[in-house]
Amino acid sequence: MADAAAKKIEILPGQEADLSAATYRIYGESHTIGNALRWMIMKNPKVEFCGYSVPHPSENHIHLRIQMYDNLSSLDALLAALDNLDDLCKTIDDAYTLSLRRDKYEVWEEKS
Amino acid sequence: MAPVPSTSSQSLYDPRRHVRVDAERARDVSSTDFPGYWPNEDHSWNLAKFQEGLQVKVTRLSKRSIEFDLVGVDASIANAFRRILIAEVPSICIEHVYVWNNTSVMVDEVFAHRLGLVPLNVDPSLMSSREDDNDQPTDRNTLVFHLQVTCERNKNAPKTATDPAEVYINSEVLSSHLKWVPQGEQEIVFADNPPAPTNPNIVLMKLRPGQEVDMEMHAVKSVGKDHAKFCPVATASYRLLPLIVLNPKKPVPPHLAEKFRKCFSPGVIEVDPITKAVSINEEQMRKETMSREVLRHPEFEGCVELKRVRDYFLFHIESEGAYTPERLLPESIKVMREKIATIRKAAEALRSDSGGSGDVEMRDS
Repeated sequence: MADAAAKKIEILPGQEADLSAATYRIYGESHTIGNALRWMIMKNPKVEFCGYSVPHPSENHIHLRIQMYDNLSSLDALLAALDNLDDLCKTIDDAYTLSLRRDKYEVWEEKS
Repeated sequence: MAPVPSTSSQSLYDPRRHVRVDAERARDVSSTDFPGYWPNEDHSWNLAKFQEGLQVKVTRLSKRSIEFDLVGVDASIANAFRRILIAEVPSICIEHVYVWNNTSVMVDEVFAHRLGLVPLNVDPSLMSSREDDNDQPTDRNTLVFHLQVTCERNKNAPKTATDPAEVYINSEVLSSHLKWVPQGEQEIVFADNPPAPTNPNIVLMKLRPGQEVDMEMHAVKSVGKDHAKFCPVATASYRLLPLIVLNPKKPVPPHLAEKFRKCFSPGVIEVDPITKAVSINEEQMRKETMSREVLRHPEFEGCVELKRVRDYFLFHIESEGAYTPERLLPESIKVMREKIATIRKAAEALRSDSGGSGDVEMRDS
């Protein structure tokens, strides 16, 4: 693993040769990304199973298991889900900004 | 019970969106919008569909807090933003304290801890984080503050005075005593808003004549998961929209209408003054506390169902520190997208490593 970026993710031993089933270890992440990513991967109809876990609270990484139908690559599913999650974030950001500008809301004085 | 058609928001009454709240139990808690759950329905990710269903609406805003509705997203997404707001949106706090002199009754480390907790008004986007503890402090990543306070007797105080604030000068060390010392280009960068505590009246400790504190402080940028003092919010929370569904087949008896109304939060239930017919004020429905009081009375059995809407999040965020409340959600989205980009880059590298031939480099096992 010469690439510095590769340290962020690694594939745990025991994966299928074609990556149709694999467990990914993602460093420096928690439930925040784990659960959101799991949800987005499960939105893919080609995914047979997806689950994540935080193996131990004192270790700063998560495990993400993906199993695919039709011997498709779980890595492709992961990449697609990341793209979709980014689209989702952007959509929410735009909608929020629009609401802040356009909508009528109560502006009140809060004592601090 | 059949879903009740509504005039204002039809889809709110779609039973698939409901979490049922029974007297002793919550039902239908998990979302079911996954491919393969419902036969012959397409629940795969569809951006256009998501954009159509998404609704973000700011409802209340003050200088310190914001409330908004986030509708049409899964709990995992709403929770990700909440978690990022608490733990991963950066802010600036005092991290290192260099004590030149401290003759007060408070020991150095306790006072240093208190200094760290003081919220500062510095916009974190104007600073960069230090990579690690050994990183060189520069004018880009460190703010310097000085604190020099000496307590003395007030010679002009009236003889009868007993209040320490009158009898002594500087009987209290306040957050307003922190003086920012600009370094390098900081004078220009922070010209509009000189760094200072957001609240000038925080009592940091008390002094008596002859006691003095003299110290230098370095403030750095970091995140809440590093230390809670860096958390930019006082609270960031959401709840699901409460939903009260009356059963048209079993209306509330007119003589019990008033009792029925009192089972809910004020304003949620309206009783017609003449017919004593019960109706729900949909504007006020979100104020319901879901006390489930109505379910305790056998005479109301079957009249009403208590529910929550699974994808209707009522966010409440209180800002503490530099961010204005309306900036917090966009900041958390920014952090989320940065995380996604980092993972994406690493996953791309993993794919080019494997070359698609199945020859995947593995962890040493």
